[in-house]
Amino acid sequence: MMDQLKQRYRYSFIILKQLVVTDFKLRYKGSVLGYLWTLLRPLALFAVLYVVFVNFLRFGDAIPHYPVYLLLGVVLWSYFVEVTVNGVTSIVGKGDLMRKLAFPRYVVVVAGSVSALINLVINLLVVMLFIVFNGVDLTWNIVWLPLIILELFIFALGMSFLLSALYVRFRDINYVWEVLIQAGFYLTPILYPLSLVEQFSEFASKFLLINPMAQIIQDARYALVTVQTDTVHTVFAGSLYWLIPFTIVAVVTVASAIYFRHKSPLFAEEI
Amino acid sequence: MSERIAISVNNVSKNFKLPHQKVSSIKDIFIRPLQVFRGNKTVEAQHALRNISFDVREGEFFGIVGRNGSGKSTLLKILAEIYQPTRGEVSVRGRLVPFIELGVGFNPELTGRENVYLSGALNGFSEKEIDAMYDDIVEFAELEAFMDQKLRNYSSGMQVRLAFSVATRSEADVLLIDEVLAVGDADFQRKCFDYFKKLKKDKQTVVFVTHDMTAVREYCDRAILMNDSRTVFVGDPDKVADEYLKILLPKNSSSSNKANTIPKEGAKITNQNLVLKNNKYHMDFTIESLGAKNVIAGFKVSDAAGRALFGTNSRIMQKSIDLKGGKVKLAWSFDDILHDGLYDIDIVVSNDTLTQVFHKIERAFTVRKASRQRTPYPVYPGITVEIDARSGIDV
Repeated sequence: MMDQLKQRYRYSFIILKQLVVTDFKLRYKGSVLGYLWTLLRPLALFAVLYVVFVNFLRFGDAIPHYPVYLLLGVVLWSYFVEVTVNGVTSIVGKGDLMRKLAFPRYVVVVAGSVSALINLVINLLVVMLFIVFNGVDLTWNIVWLPLIILELFIFALGMSFLLSALYVRFRDINYVWEVLIQAGFYLTPILYPLSLVEQFSEFASKFLLINPMAQIIQDARYALVTVQTDTVHTVFAGSLYWLIPFTIVAVVTVASAIYFRHKSPLFAEEI
Repeated sequence: MSERIAISVNNVSKNFKLPHQKVSSIKDIFIRPLQVFRGNKTVEAQHALRNISFDVREGEFFGIVGRNGSGKSTLLKILAEIYQPTRGEVSVRGRLVPFIELGVGFNPELTGRENVYLSGALNGFSEKEIDAMYDDIVEFAELEAFMDQKLRNYSSGMQVRLAFSVATRSEADVLLIDEVLAVGDADFQRKCFDYFKKLKKDKQTVVFVTHDMTAVREYCDRAILMNDSRTVFVGDPDKVADEYLKILLPKNSSSSNKANTIPKEGAKITNQNLVLKNNKYHMDFTIESLGAKNVIAGFKVSDAAGRALFGTNSRIMQKSIDLKGGKVKLAWSFDDILHDGLYDIDIVVSNDTLTQVFHKIERAFTVRKASRQRTPYPVYPGITVEIDARSGIDV
């Protein structure tokens, strides 16, 4: 059984590995700081947000360890952006390969996702350093983190399947997605605490939490930084509404995979 | 040769949709919503393949032959599962490896070594497997000193050598080889043909796309001839090569005698004729004076690729042509040594020092030849051979 699976996915796995390795080698080619940029990019964004929103606008005064809280949100969001933005062009960008070789198309999308996952793990190690220096008390809730990362991985991969297959026919998708990502950054409680929204409207804060990215980031903060934060489990306690973000992830991923599978035989001639 | 079928192509058709107005942006949904949602009525189907059927047996060297645009490459891509057939079925027994192009997946920013591993992976080899064959690959490509340099610093010849060296390692039940493999310098072409010979000796199943009728006759066990997206003939490669040349000719002869301007001074050529009789070509033409008195006339025979094969002129043959009577008729004859292929004959008349061409008729004649000898080379009739039976016996 295991051997059969291994045989069936052997070719995919060999290609996947080489694509990830190649991406790793080529990513920061010609830049002086090289792979350090993987860390510097989210850290720079974090620094800007910290100075503007925490120092001047006094966001998150009520939340303990708000800098770490903010950094974790930025790191997880950056992962989602990296995977999906690169995902849009992943199939078209490998058009030359598609037209000359019949290999499982999904490998290209998965490879982008795996590359970004490696970066995410490195960034999470930096978050861990912040956690230690900030004197955050870690709890057993940390055991949830791998599951939360898994959900994020699946959701971002699912979106990439959809976007990359759509982009083959509709070349507007990358512009549309850029705008949506910008909007998503402000619609997701990354730089502001959910409690701030709650002061204006309880419904709005609940509505924001339905977004899987909000649920993922809030759950991760709960697991790593502080239990004094709103998650779907606390906000929707006692009702089944907390299942909505997970349902969205499942539906998006399955539908995207089906769409991708349906369209992939035509990639070679449509690109 | 085994009777087992390696590839079975059953009634395959392929249409490409060519939308007259390509719908490729969301803007179009607003501008032409009906077209987009009714499935775009302006789509025109281009029939790239129509009802193609054939089998390739195991151990067979199978040729796909046809003019540009006849559907060869589409067929190859369907066999490689890069395209899906619109109708019909293709079944392949075992693992199929396509060489549509050399160096697929090569990245100029990586070193030679890294590219070997990358393109090896695309051919289905794990790192361990490439480790084992790496030295052989480098040695065959003759690039030992360059493997740690970036590929973009390679000459194109070096890149092709490396790609070919990796490609020839492929272990497949069926190999698909496109004609692009036969590019490169003479040395590399020889390597290619050596590789083909080895494949043939090893009874490897090969599907081979080509324009080169000599290669078809030499390597292929059977072949398919395609024209206008349809099968013309499947079977004996000699017959395929003959039919291919028949298809090719009308196209070429229509272009003959074009761009030959009639001169206003010196001399001109008229009334040219060519006949083949008793294995000899008899060619004659008339030269009319337009002022010149002494001229030199000659001709040149070239193959379809434009390579000059042989020719001569009146000075080489130590004949002088005097036009004081206004016109002369020249009659030439030469042995029919032409083998398979298309040939063009240019005729020319110039001044008596060969410094000024008065009149040149390019492609005055186009000859299509399907020889009975079936040799891949012209048979020169002046060769003699003596067989001495005694010299083989020790006295």
